[in-house]
Amino acid sequence: MKPFLSIEKLTQRFPDGQGGQLTVFEDATFGVEKGEFVVILGHSGCGKSTIMNILAGLADPTSGVVVMDGQEVRGPSLDRGVVFQNYSLLPWLSTLKNVTFGVAARHPEWTKAQVTEHAVKYLGMVGLEGDVIHRKPSQLSGGMRQRVSIARAFANHPKLLLLDEPFGALDALTRGTIQDELLKIWGGTEQTVFMITHDIDEAILLADRILLMTNGPFARVAESVEITIPRPRSRTEIVEHPNYYAIRNHLVQFLGRRSKELAGQQTGTGETNRPETVRIDKAVPTDDPEDRRPTLRAVTN
Amino acid sequence: MTNLSLNARAALLSVLILFVGLAVWELSIPAQQAVGELTEYEKLTGAGAPRAGVPPPSQVIVKAWEELSNPFYDAGPNDKGIGIQIGYSIYRVLTGYLLAALIAIPLGFLIGMSPVAYKALNPFIQVLRPISPLAWMPLALFIIQDSEASAIFVIFICSIWPMLLNTAFGVAGVRSDWVNVAKTHELSPLKTAFTVILPAAAPTIVTGMRISIGIAWLVIVAAEMLVGGTGIGYYVWNEWNNLDLTSVIFSILMIGIVGMLLDAMFGLLQRRVAYVE
Ligand SMILES: Nc1ncnc2c1ncn2[C@@H]1O[C@H](COP(=O)(O)OP(=O)(O)O)[C@@H](O)[C@H]1O
Ligand SMILES: [Mg+2]
Repeated sequence: MKPFLSIEKLTQRFPDGQGGQLTVFEDATFGVEKGEFVVILGHSGCGKSTIMNILAGLADPTSGVVVMDGQEVRGPSLDRGVVFQNYSLLPWLSTLKNVTFGVAARHPEWTKAQVTEHAVKYLGMVGLEGDVIHRKPSQLSGGMRQRVSIARAFANHPKLLLLDEPFGALDALTRGTIQDELLKIWGGTEQTVFMITHDIDEAILLADRILLMTNGPFARVAESVEITIPRPRSRTEIVEHPNYYAIRNHLVQFLGRRSKELAGQQTGTGETNRPETVRIDKAVPTDDPEDRRPTLRAVTN
Repeated sequence: MTNLSLNARAALLSVLILFVGLAVWELSIPAQQAVGELTEYEKLTGAGAPRAGVPPPSQVIVKAWEELSNPFYDAGPNDKGIGIQIGYSIYRVLTGYLLAALIAIPLGFLIGMSPVAYKALNPFIQVLRPISPLAWMPLALFIIQDSEASAIFVIFICSIWPMLLNTAFGVAGVRSDWVNVAKTHELSPLKTAFTVILPAAAPTIVTGMRISIGIAWLVIVAAEMLVGGTGIGYYVWNEWNNLDLTSVIFSILMIGIVGMLLDAMFGLLQRRVAYVE
């Protein structure tokens, strides 16, 4: 049975500007289950945004397919909501209008009052209430703008929510607050989320599973690391969890060393390109002495 | 003085400059020669007539008062009120201008959206744009056979370029993020054009419209001097032929004021469509 979102042998090449070709990634194959929160982690330039644009339907891959809910992704759709790094709010519309814009597109049959009520509700969920919602985006702080963008995406109940480094441009404190808000608003839904980040702690806090990408060109989604920390999570509590540092170390090692070592290898095609599943769980003692090493792996593919 | 606001001080200075300017002008014009001791030749050429000299501002103000207190009188082809003359000019400018906008803005949209259309049309635009609008006048008169329509055509042709180029430029420069927002919300091409691209490009488009109306107002005066009949351009030319310099100066002032008002209208519009990123 195929996963809810299935990325199959996705290849992207661009002209490299000198007559040749740049292969960003080749035959990338992985899946995302319904309701899952998947974070993709990798160095800048490895092709994360390229993958996301293909998932969003905003770009076409050189080859390969993306299948969501049994249907091949062709072109953008209201079923796949996107939160861009630079918020992408329309600056000539008020905060509220930026959200009603999306809601009205999703529900053309609704009355104006229904649309407004729905938008106000979702703005409230990210803590934007009162006069603020009548301000233009330029009169909001970066954090507030990203909240609007998140409210716009969640208000539309897309089948898949795509977030491209949504907090990349925010200061650490604001980022923390909005991460909490995102967790809160996501917690109540069965929303499937695919998010890009370069922040390890953010990834651990939010994700069910982290996909690790090697450096490009010929980048690969090399590993799929399960986050074996129960929900609900909070940033202060997860650091106490026995798995936290083991997972974190694994990620740091990957990004610091192995992402380079594995880079640039032109791999075989097909199934071999699936990410290796990594499960680190120190809370579950096993008889296997191998499993007592700080980094435990079980290859389940 | 220092506790007045910046605007108040500027206004005060403006008034001061106005009065000093008017005073210098008034004083620099020698008292009119007494009529009478003129040679026959002087009488014939009109050189000695009091109207032939550059009038002092006081005389222009009196003239302005006369004209503006009854702007719409019509006493035959060569004697119409200033309001009627300006009305004709504005009518021609707006007709030619609106026709130009009707073509330039949709075409500019197309060019801005499509690199092929841009490349295909660019050579034509580059050749046609630098042509002085008045150079079209003989051709227009010959083909259209109507001086009124020719004047409108000249306005059309001079106001089309800034609007066309600015629309194309503005549309091509719309941030791809905003277009992507439209795409991910499955907006139809028409809806995208009106709800995303148009508002995003509006400041650039309106700037083009503002430049165009300015050029159109410059050109109408010259065009009306050529085609004659009615309009503020014809009025200036007619009063020059009458050697009525007071009226010439008065109408020059009126041209400036109407031009300023037209520009101010677009300035307002520009402020309406402006946004901060
Ligand atoms: N339209 C394009 N044309 C050519 N090269 C591109 C294009 N888009 C992305 N790339 C290249 O693909 C690689 C991956 O880019 P991107 O997906 O933006 O990386 P990331 O989001 O992981 O930082 C980079 O080397 C980038 O230069
Ligand atoms: Mg990126």
